[in-house]
Amino acid sequence: MALDNKSEFKYIGTRPNRPDGLDKVTGRARYGADAYAPGMLHGAVLRSPHAHAKILNIDASKALAMEGVKAIVTRNDFAKGLEGDDWDLLENTIAGEKTLYDGHAVAGIAATSVLVAKDALKLIEVEYEVIPHVTDVDAAMADGAPVIREGAADHSVPEGLHPNVVRYTEFGRGDLDAGFAAADMVVDRSFKTEAVHQGYIEPHACLADLGADGRGELWCCTQGHWFVRRMCSALLGLETTQLRVTASEIGGGFGGKTTVFIDPIALALSRKAGKPVKLVMSRSEVLKASGPTASASMDVKMGMTKDGKLTAATASFRMQGGAFPGAPMDMTTMLAFSCYALDNVHHEGFDVMTNRPKQAAYRAPGAPMGAFAVESVMDELCEGLGLDPIETRLKNAVKEGTKSAFGPRYKAIGLIETLEAARDHPHYSAPLAENTGRGVASGYWMNWGGETSVSLAIGEDGAVQVGVGTPDIGGSRASMALMAAEAIGIPYENVRVNVLDTAALGTNEPSHGSRATYASGLATIEAAREAIGKLCQRAADKWGIDAEAVEWKDGAAYPSGPNAGDFEPLSIADIAGEMGSTGGPITGHHDASPTGFGGSFGTHIVDVHVDPDTGRSTVKRYTVIQDAGKAIHPSYVEGQFQGGAAQGIGWALNEEYVYGEDGRLQNDVFLDYRIPVASDLPMIDTVIVEVPNPGHPYGVRGVGETGITPPLPAVANAISHATGHRMTRLPMSPPRVLRAIQGKGIS
Amino acid sequence: MTRIHVNTTVNGDKVDFLADPRETLLDCLRDKVGMTGAKEGCGTGDCGACSVTLDGRLVCSCLVLGVEAEGKQVETIEGMANGGELHPLQQKFIEYAALQCGICTPGILVATQALLKKNPDPTEEEVRYWLAGNLCRCTGYDKIIRAVMDTAKDLRAEKVGGDV
Repeated sequence: MALDNKSEFKYIGTRPNRPDGLDKVTGRARYGADAYAPGMLHGAVLRSPHAHAKILNIDASKALAMEGVKAIVTRNDFAKGLEGDDWDLLENTIAGEKTLYDGHAVAGIAATSVLVAKDALKLIEVEYEVIPHVTDVDAAMADGAPVIREGAADHSVPEGLHPNVVRYTEFGRGDLDAGFAAADMVVDRSFKTEAVHQGYIEPHACLADLGADGRGELWCCTQGHWFVRRMCSALLGLETTQLRVTASEIGGGFGGKTTVFIDPIALALSRKAGKPVKLVMSRSEVLKASGPTASASMDVKMGMTKDGKLTAATASFRMQGGAFPGAPMDMTTMLAFSCYALDNVHHEGFDVMTNRPKQAAYRAPGAPMGAFAVESVMDELCEGLGLDPIETRLKNAVKEGTKSAFGPRYKAIGLIETLEAARDHPHYSAPLAENTGRGVASGYWMNWGGETSVSLAIGEDGAVQVGVGTPDIGGSRASMALMAAEAIGIPYENVRVNVLDTAALGTNEPSHGSRATYASGLATIEAAREAIGKLCQRAADKWGIDAEAVEWKDGAAYPSGPNAGDFEPLSIADIAGEMGSTGGPITGHHDASPTGFGGSFGTHIVDVHVDPDTGRSTVKRYTVIQDAGKAIHPSYVEGQFQGGAAQGIGWALNEEYVYGEDGRLQNDVFLDYRIPVASDLPMIDTVIVEVPNPGHPYGVRGVGETGITPPLPAVANAISHATGHRMTRLPMSPPRVLRAIQGKGIS
Repeated sequence: MTRIHVNTTVNGDKVDFLADPRETLLDCLRDKVGMTGAKEGCGTGDCGACSVTLDGRLVCSCLVLGVEAEGKQVETIEGMANGGELHPLQQKFIEYAALQCGICTPGILVATQALLKKNPDPTEEEVRYWLAGNLCRCTGYDKIIRAVMDTAKDLRAEKVGGDV
């Protein structure tokens, strides 16, 4: 599919009210926990209080005898003989022989009320044998560290590494020695980031109704209900199409709702009890036992000439993703140097298991950590050589045709455009107050296509319905309606976009990978074009001419020229009003796994004030500049930029998983796991750069993820400039910054 | 445990329900009154998604027991619009794209309405501190703050101050 080369859009780029706005400002919108069913039971989950323990025995007899308790499930109630990813998923959903982290599910209960279910949990007697644990990535790789699971490593891991190292990657090109020898300055630094949580405000919630005949319904908050269907079917031994999954409205996900945690337990309880079961996580359960991101320990070495040309770069990334393989070291390694043209470059990555929850995707998974390390070193090189950080980035920036550090040559991309916009932005030259530093950083995410299926149908009045399979997590109904309106030439208000259930469409990947507006949008446009073809055919039949002689514009069929004949145009309403007698329903449909997705670069500028007496950092000004390809609804593009920046600021300054010596999570409520609040942040300025993606008819790239990549290094660079101390560890909490100011090091 | 018969008023309508003394007002509103507009994001009073007013005072309904609503006036997001006519705050939130996923929106609207009743002319800093107890993970707050400030300005211009 090629770019339309449409120079003027009628609807794309406007800012209409979102179609689901009214529902979401009045409390009408139904989220995961807002569903009820007749005869419904309530579920609760018993969780391990230990970081690592053998389960010797589970005695649920007292709980089962309690009045109102209808079913109890343990690992025995799930599919047997699973392997690979399915086994990992089951093992994470409900513990088998061992509990692997604080909060690991051990049993589920369904009862007539939430209170009864919670009381009954206390009557389940579990006999544990506590065994040694490890939660730090470097400690988990060291000799003598407790082994999470023997034999979990795949063939990529070189001999001699600890069994907790389960995957390894290594790649590069060029002559590193010669590259570093050609440098006038070399910086070699180690960095560490802690695990953080996506922090969606809506806890996981579902309502399951599964019969003993293997036919079921599941309502849940998810970014991708076909993923949920596949995972739950595997864990419960069902045929996929016998389980119909409906996505509720979703209260945030950021990657964390692309897998399952409680849904299989609710289904198993429902099957056993013969009744619908509603199961909702508490915040503490979300933090302990859903999927935070990986933590990382990293070494980055880069060399630069005195005029600002990078000569060589190497990086080693050690990442823990909990008690299972899957830390996103692939993406961290691939994207660490993605902003720069490098002839001599090398990457190494380690996927390490620890006694923590299984990590899940979080907005550009793996990229922010690598960017933190690389963009910090880049900043230190510029500082050391007295070079401007934006001009120096421009000197090394990748562009169309540049061979990326991870191999392929870039297609049309917009890094240089974001850097130029940053350089020219008034923020970059504004004066700085005392004890305030300015940080700059760039970042990248390559985005994704993925399996996509969209159906479109014309109503008898000429209005249009679009059925998509990507849940609307931040305004995508509006984007789809704009694209359908543009393609067909009818008003935005005449399009209704519905998120359909798994029984209504072919497989759709989740709203992840910044793909919804790109892939569902592309399929919406193609489905609209198919419908337009049918509309033209109906007009041609009525006029008695060939369909090729009919032209579609502004929502109506016209004879394509004087030779086609002299006919009054037929509007979409005219044709639709007669469709029952002219051949039946008029629809369009498109299935694809589009591969023309286009990556998005961003550059951020931030001013941070550091209180020299307390070490407290305050973000005073923030500007996000990012390439959207084409902004379909600019307000929601800006919103993605702002939200990504805010999450990155939280990761940089406040957020972290704190494990005690007992291996238990110390901060499992929002008071202690502190995400940015309104009084922590300034306004976040945005600049939308548009370098069209040739792989989408209107040029869309996808904008969701890139925005969380630059903030970590941008904030760190600003604090380093404000304090004169290079910050190499996140979060840059007041005590840590104060220690740096006092010359006590970065611990 | 014996359940207690609670008589209260929600958005002007008299309602009654049987509450276990351990159940929160949030649980009772959602599961017994059928008003699911208030959300549970944390259950510990940290996120504000369950914000309602109790006799005019802004509270986290997850920190209030259902039985405490006896004889009181509860106002929730479901009572904010006047029939089909949205409150200016609701309208402005849609126009400004001040929501992405929307889960925090009911709580933020209820909290903001309470602010504007107390202070029709808040500074940006006052809005930010007032809303510091309402977590939003999607927006970075920028468009929310702008929507609140501009609604307040519109309301002052219309001199509707008595009825925010």
